[in-house]
Amino acid sequence: MIEISWFGRGGQGAFTAARLLANAYVLKGGERYALAFPTFGPERRGAPVRAFSKLSESRIADRGEIERSDFAVFLDDSLFDAGAPPVLKEGGRVIVNTSKSYDGDTVVTIDAAGIAQRTLGLPIVNTVLIGAIAALSPALAPDEIDLSIERNMPERLWAGNKAAVRAALDAAGGAA
Amino acid sequence: MSREFLSGNEAFAFGVRLARPQVISAYPITPQTIVVERLAEMVEDGSLTAEFVHVESEHSALSCAMGASAVGARTFTATSSQGLLYMAECLNYVSGGRHPVVMMNANRSIALPWNIYGDQRDSLALLESGWIQAYAQDAQEALDMALLAYRVAEDPRVSTPFMANLDGFHLTHTYEVVEVPEQAEADAFLPRFETENKMSESVPKNLAFTAGPDHNTAFLYKQHEAMRRAADVIAESEGEFAEIFGRGYTGLVETLHTEDADTILVTLGSAAALAGEVCGKLRAAGEKTGLLRIRYMRPFPAAEIVRAVAGAKVVAVLEKDISFGFEGVVFTNINSALKQAGADVRTVNYVGGFGGRFISESDIARIYREAYREAGAAAKDGQRVRFIGATA
Repeated sequence: MIEISWFGRGGQGAFTAARLLANAYVLKGGERYALAFPTFGPERRGAPVRAFSKLSESRIADRGEIERSDFAVFLDDSLFDAGAPPVLKEGGRVIVNTSKSYDGDTVVTIDAAGIAQRTLGLPIVNTVLIGAIAALSPALAPDEIDLSIERNMPERLWAGNKAAVRAALDAAGGAA
Repeated sequence: MSREFLSGNEAFAFGVRLARPQVISAYPITPQTIVVERLAEMVEDGSLTAEFVHVESEHSALSCAMGASAVGARTFTATSSQGLLYMAECLNYVSGGRHPVVMMNANRSIALPWNIYGDQRDSLALLESGWIQAYAQDAQEALDMALLAYRVAEDPRVSTPFMANLDGFHLTHTYEVVEVPEQAEADAFLPRFETENKMSESVPKNLAFTAGPDHNTAFLYKQHEAMRRAADVIAESEGEFAEIFGRGYTGLVETLHTEDADTILVTLGSAAALAGEVCGKLRAAGEKTGLLRIRYMRPFPAAEIVRAVAGAKVVAVLEKDISFGFEGVVFTNINSALKQAGADVRTVNYVGGFGGRFISESDIARIYREAYREAGAAAKDGQRVRFIGATA
């Protein structure tokens, strides 16, 4: 099972990303299963939120929050700076939207806000970070992400978000 | 059939749309809100033709559904927690009037302490209200349950309202793959609602009746018998459901490895899927574990439970409710069934998952092992019920 934890602030689209990515994984059918869920409760803009995507080739029975992640994705670097380091699986990676640099082999940085500004015209980083994961994981195909964007977003947002994913694939692929 | 990525609330809304309800009345409450929001959107975009009535309370939501049902309309409402409790008076009106209203309940804790997260104290507190009560395990079962609910509730042999329970958040807010049937398949399974039990100018009759001491018992007896008959109608309906949709269900309970099990866990709702996985892992490690998932609390699967668990060394009942000072109500029901059947099997009660506390793989594995160790021991006073995750 591939487990992805999303760390963001209310309004950044962490849960949308978790759902969009999980939906991408299952779009082609076959023996592919996924769960996507937010940390449950009332929503407040700006407050720290988490969301989870679980991807597997067999049915997923465990509906609990992810304890050890394959990818821990931070939409906001202040959450990475202030929080306890996320628990990763062997070979797991932290992906941080930041213009800063961090020490350590497990941390991958990407200026997702810059990419989003160029491709979407807005600093909305969630689909950029899906591209960053796809660059590191063969389980996610770019065309499936495109299709998930079409299934889950209004048409006016398709082109910009697809471009954001492509730009992140290039940027993160180069970094990895 | 289409393959969609839906939350439990959305899946249930898709199922309700396929059932073509004519009147939907609802008042929003977390974590139920999304199911009625989606239905409102479906009415708005024309994909569902129904009267959507915004009411000012849950008491009115169910009263409105009952009124519409009493003129022969197929109706839907949904609620959760405090809203369900506020409806309590109406629940008995609907069931006593034999109106086959279908309601989704998003299982949520009851205040105080105030809490919006999931447990099953809301619906289990209302077991005696005369409604069929079913508990879904995942979003697919939720969608399918919406269709089955109308089919069973409206069957003239049953004519009893149906409460479909989904664990708050763990089901209502979790997205997963759901197969959505075609409308033509749903129409083939679920005929148009026809009932004699309605207000009619051509055949006037008294609904919402009074029955004094002479007749009261007879009405309750008929209601009791109808609920008992629901078990057969559920089995029959699921058989036809499997033929049309290609997905089978197993009636009032679902069992896993119970045939030769020493330790059987009994539970209900979404925790059962993880319990099944733990059961399988312990089996693989050589332990003779089994699982029984209760799908329906009413009608209560007494015979099915006795058949499945009577040969075990110990039965652990895991439930998300507590009758304070006594035990969980599921446990009480199971012990009654076992006693009536003369089955002499040790039973232990675990209550937990309160206020959204997740029942984890390690919790379940511990229950299996602890229950097995105590299989031969006599019940110790004061240890009748074990709280998962409680710190004194």
